[in-house]
Amino acid sequence: MYTQALDLPQQNPEGRPPSLAENPAWQAEFDAKIDAGGFIEPKDWMPEAYRKTLVRQISQHAHSEIVGMLPEGNWISRAPTLKRKAILLAKVQDEGGHGLYLYAAAETLGVSRDKLTDALLSGRAKYSSIFNYPTLSWADVGVIGWLVDGAAIMNQIPLCKCSYGPYARAMVRICKEESFHQRQGFDALLQLMQGTEAQREMVQDAVNRWWWPSIMMFGPHDSDSTHTGQNTRWGIKRISNDDLRQKFIDATVKQAEVLGVTLPDPELKWNEQRGHYDFGRIDWEEFWNVVNGHGQCNVDRLAARRKAWDDGAWVREAAMAHADKAARRAQAAA
Amino acid sequence: MERKEWPLWEVFVRSRNGLDHKHCGSVHAPDARLALQVARDVYTRRQEGVSIWVVQADHIVASDPDAKPELFDPAEDKIYRHPTFYKLPDEVNHM
Repeated sequence: MYTQALDLPQQNPEGRPPSLAENPAWQAEFDAKIDAGGFIEPKDWMPEAYRKTLVRQISQHAHSEIVGMLPEGNWISRAPTLKRKAILLAKVQDEGGHGLYLYAAAETLGVSRDKLTDALLSGRAKYSSIFNYPTLSWADVGVIGWLVDGAAIMNQIPLCKCSYGPYARAMVRICKEESFHQRQGFDALLQLMQGTEAQREMVQDAVNRWWWPSIMMFGPHDSDSTHTGQNTRWGIKRISNDDLRQKFIDATVKQAEVLGVTLPDPELKWNEQRGHYDFGRIDWEEFWNVVNGHGQCNVDRLAARRKAWDDGAWVREAAMAHADKAARRAQAAA
Repeated sequence: MERKEWPLWEVFVRSRNGLDHKHCGSVHAPDARLALQVARDVYTRRQEGVSIWVVQADHIVASDPDAKPELFDPAEDKIYRHPTFYKLPDEVNHM
C-alpha cells in the first residue's frame, strides 16, 4: 500500500484554512483534543476543512491500493513458480483488502462509496503516481515489494497515530500486513541474485527503473509542500516528507548491499557530519508529469479500472435485485 | 434503471473463543449472506477470527457525541465505585 505525500497543491482546489467562524467553542474543544493527542471519531464535531482533507487523503490512499493491484496483477499468470504465484496472489488480494479498509474509513466521514469510485473513474481523484510505471520483468515484482512497499511502510507507520480514529485503526491493520509485502519482495530478489548472470542483470535493471520513483513517493520537498503545516497541526501528518525520505534511504542502502545491487545514484554517499546518506537531485519535473496524468501507464490504469467497474455492473445489479426479491418474499411469507 | 448502492454492513470479529466480538470495519453487500462472505474475505485473511457478526449499519443506534457530558460525566465524581478509593491497612491492602 502506497501513500505518497497527499498534500500536493494541485489536488486541493477546494482547500481553505479552517474557518474559526464555524463554531468557536467547538473549534476550541476540537483543538484541545488534538493537542492532547486524542482521537477524533466519526460523529464528533470537526472543522469542515479537516473533514475534506481526510476524505481526500483517505480516498486517494484507497484508490492507490486499488490501482496498485494492476502492475503486480500483471505478473500473476506468469509467476515463475507455484510458490511465487501463491505469494503474489495473496499480496495483490491484500492490496484490494487495504483499499476496502480505507474506503470504509473514508465513508465514516459522510461520503458514499459510489461517489469515491466515481471520482477515481472520472479521473478527478489522484492516486499514487508510482503505479503509472510499467512492470516490465518478473524482477519488477520483487523490487516493488522491496522498494515501493518499503517506502509505503515508512509513510504509513506514522499514520497509525493519526488523529482520525477510523483512519488510524485501518492503518494499524494495514501496516501489520505490509511487512509481508516488503519481505516477500526482498526474498524473491535474493533468490534471483543467487541465479544466473542474466537474472542478476534483470534485478539491477528493475532497481534502476524503480529507485527514483520510489523516493519520489515521499512527495515534494518540505520547502515546496503547501499543506504540511496545517496537516501537522491536525495530527494527520506526523513526520515531514524529507525526514521520511531520508529515513527510507538510510535504511535501504544497507539492504542494497546485502542484495548485491547498486542504487542508481552516483551522489549517494554517507555524510559523517549529518549522520545520514546524501543523495542526488530528484527529477521533480518527471514527478509532476506523472502526477498530472502523463506517466507511461496513466491511461491504461484508468481504462482497466473503468472496464472492471463496467464489466461488474450486471453482477452488482443482479445481486441487489436478488436480495430485494428475497426480502419481499420473506415479508410476504411472514 | 436507477442503480442502487449495496447497503453498508458493520463487521465484528471474535478473534478467538473466550473474547468478545470486536468491531473491525465495514463492507458493502446486497444481503446478510454475502455480507458475511465479503467480511470473511476482507477482514480474516490471516485467521484473525473464529466468528463474524455483520449488522446493517443503519440498524445500529448510537449515542450522540454531543450528549457525552450528560451521559458520562455523572460517573466522574463517583470515585468510590473503584476499589482503589479505599485505603486499607498495609497488611490487608491487597484483599
